[in-house]
Amino acid sequence: MESTTAAFRENTSKALSDAKLRDALSNLTDGFPARRREAIARLPEFDALRDAARDIKDHVLANLDFYLEAFEARVVEAGGTVHWCRTAAEARTAILRTCKTAGAKTVTKGKSMIGEEIAINEHLEEHGIEPVETDLGEYIIQLRHEPPSHIIAPAIHLSKEQVADTFRDKHRHLSPGRSLDEPRALLDEARGELRRKFIGADVGLTGANMLIAETGSIVLVTNEGNADLTYSLPRVHIVIASLEKIVPTLEDATTILRVLARSATGQEMSVYTTFCTGPKRQDDLDGPDEFHVVLLDNGRTGMLGGEFHEMLRCIRCGACLNHCPVYKAIGGHAYGWVYSGPMGAVLIPGLIGLEEAGHLPNASTLCGKCEDVCPVRIPLPRMLRTWRRRQFERRQTSYPSRAGLRAWSLIARRPWLYRLGADIAVAALAALGRARGRFRWLPLAGGWTQLRDLPAPEEGGTFISRYHLGEHGDGA
Amino acid sequence: MSDARNDILGAVKAALKQAGGAGKADTTTVVSASQRLGDPRANLIPARGRLGAKARVDLFIREAEQASATVARVSSLSGVPREVARFLAKNNLPMTLKVAPGIAEPAIPWTRETLLSVDEGRADGSESASVSRAFAGIAETGTLVMLSGSDNPTTLNFLPPTHVVVISASEITGDYEESWSQLREKGQEGRFMPRAVNWITGPSRTADIEQTLLMGAHGPQRLHIVIVDEETPAP
Repeated sequence: MESTTAAFRENTSKALSDAKLRDALSNLTDGFPARRREAIARLPEFDALRDAARDIKDHVLANLDFYLEAFEARVVEAGGTVHWCRTAAEARTAILRTCKTAGAKTVTKGKSMIGEEIAINEHLEEHGIEPVETDLGEYIIQLRHEPPSHIIAPAIHLSKEQVADTFRDKHRHLSPGRSLDEPRALLDEARGELRRKFIGADVGLTGANMLIAETGSIVLVTNEGNADLTYSLPRVHIVIASLEKIVPTLEDATTILRVLARSATGQEMSVYTTFCTGPKRQDDLDGPDEFHVVLLDNGRTGMLGGEFHEMLRCIRCGACLNHCPVYKAIGGHAYGWVYSGPMGAVLIPGLIGLEEAGHLPNASTLCGKCEDVCPVRIPLPRMLRTWRRRQFERRQTSYPSRAGLRAWSLIARRPWLYRLGADIAVAALAALGRARGRFRWLPLAGGWTQLRDLPAPEEGGTFISRYHLGEHGDGA
Repeated sequence: MSDARNDILGAVKAALKQAGGAGKADTTTVVSASQRLGDPRANLIPARGRLGAKARVDLFIREAEQASATVARVSSLSGVPREVARFLAKNNLPMTLKVAPGIAEPAIPWTRETLLSVDEGRADGSESASVSRAFAGIAETGTLVMLSGSDNPTTLNFLPPTHVVVISASEITGDYEESWSQLREKGQEGRFMPRAVNWITGPSRTADIEQTLLMGAHGPQRLHIVIVDEETPAP
């Protein structure tokens, strides 16, 4: 997918002035965190399960080559094929080749973030194959030619009126007088349209929430059941997944599933969790004749063993988005690429480069909520700081901010200089602000005072000088 | 593409070796990784499902209802047709069924319920209701475990708007791990996974439009679970 990440500032201004978007985001961020809290309150072992999930992913990453080879061997034993792909381009080629060999005209799709990452829809369209997104949210944004704005709720930025307008515009064969006022009517219309696509599709393309080395199975988690119709009706099932999705055993997958839905939507378990192993068996009455797994690197091996190694534990639940004050304010599109929120701000620079995505690690207050809620305990704030440090080292930040940080580091590392400077500054501010009690503007602080006044300090010195004078009360 | 395979595995090995101050890619951890695959062990299992038989079934029912499924209990397999007919009538649904071959006549005496029109096989999208057989039920979350196969086609789980699942009370386990162990025991020569294992927890739903929760997105709008209390061998 083309990124607009470099235009993050413009994207953000646009998002902040979009009243509809703000309504939609408040819906989302009130709902998911509340339901997550309720689900966790019901499960006393939740934190211990997070530790277990983290340990599983760490173990896999430390033995990734072993598990990848084991997974491949089991897929082949079950009658499937594994396509190893270094880059997005190789993955697009492998998928297109498989579709062409199958003589495919229509490809139904389950929601896949990797599919978005490699822009497979555009590629199939360019070669005369119609890709049809089947997750309701993805279907809506596909009709609108928009990227997803949330990992698990891709159309969260739209109102039902916007969806109705889109359906009227795109479903021209239906009666123009039909009522589309209620979400139920919109769902029923999409269900009817997509049923025909499901039945007529030649290839089903899904992502995978996990790959299981023990059995060569791929795991799909949905609430709608769209992924299940996607793999069970067409003749060919193609799975696209990145390397780090692998887990050792069914038991390990189970542990991760126990934290996934609770972290994502606050459900005890998603409605449909599916373990697919190979193509249709000899006496099966349904299922695909061919089973392909496209195994994608696209930058993952470059993160392995480095400072962003732990990001490869991510299970894409979206909890860090739902709890992020920045995501809550601007939504997913402002991030300008496939991923968003704290996990996006760490992952995107790793995948498309810090030059392009340099704004993202700075779009954080480092409040730490993302790490608090992460089911696999990824230290997201630390990684955001690591990107910031690299920007500084590579001189990718502006001259004034670099000079400012240098000056700050000079002062902050010399307590005598810091105290001297603070004494002078506080005395000066107190004297200047005595009349009004506040400042409407200060040099170098225009960004802050543009929206609020700075209260003038009381006379009597800095916090440190007062503390030394014993103004700290008893036991305080 | 074998170049890509070698490159990727080479890059993984190189990255792990470089990072491996703690011997991450050395032979000892590979041995423990292969042991892990050869002898899969459960991780932490929540205490919630560790209950006696009766309490376990009660928990299963509570959790399934929490997930918006409906549940009925019958005393024997021969009582299933009457319960299914009652359920369809109560919801004002057509009395036609597509039934999984594993529970067609004579396993369940459908013809005794003369109002029902019963056909067996896979679903093609024209059916209004289906009946299939669960391999296990998981009390922990009210989840059904369905196995694909000639006796239990996957399409029955997803295409019809109403899905009825028959399960014996003795097949309800406390946790998922127990059902994996049972599945492994059932397998031959280490091959035990059917083409599809479907965990189903309640009917299909979506909240993609304005976070409004709606049932019946692509899969069934109704999920009705019929628990058979007498001991019945799994088909």
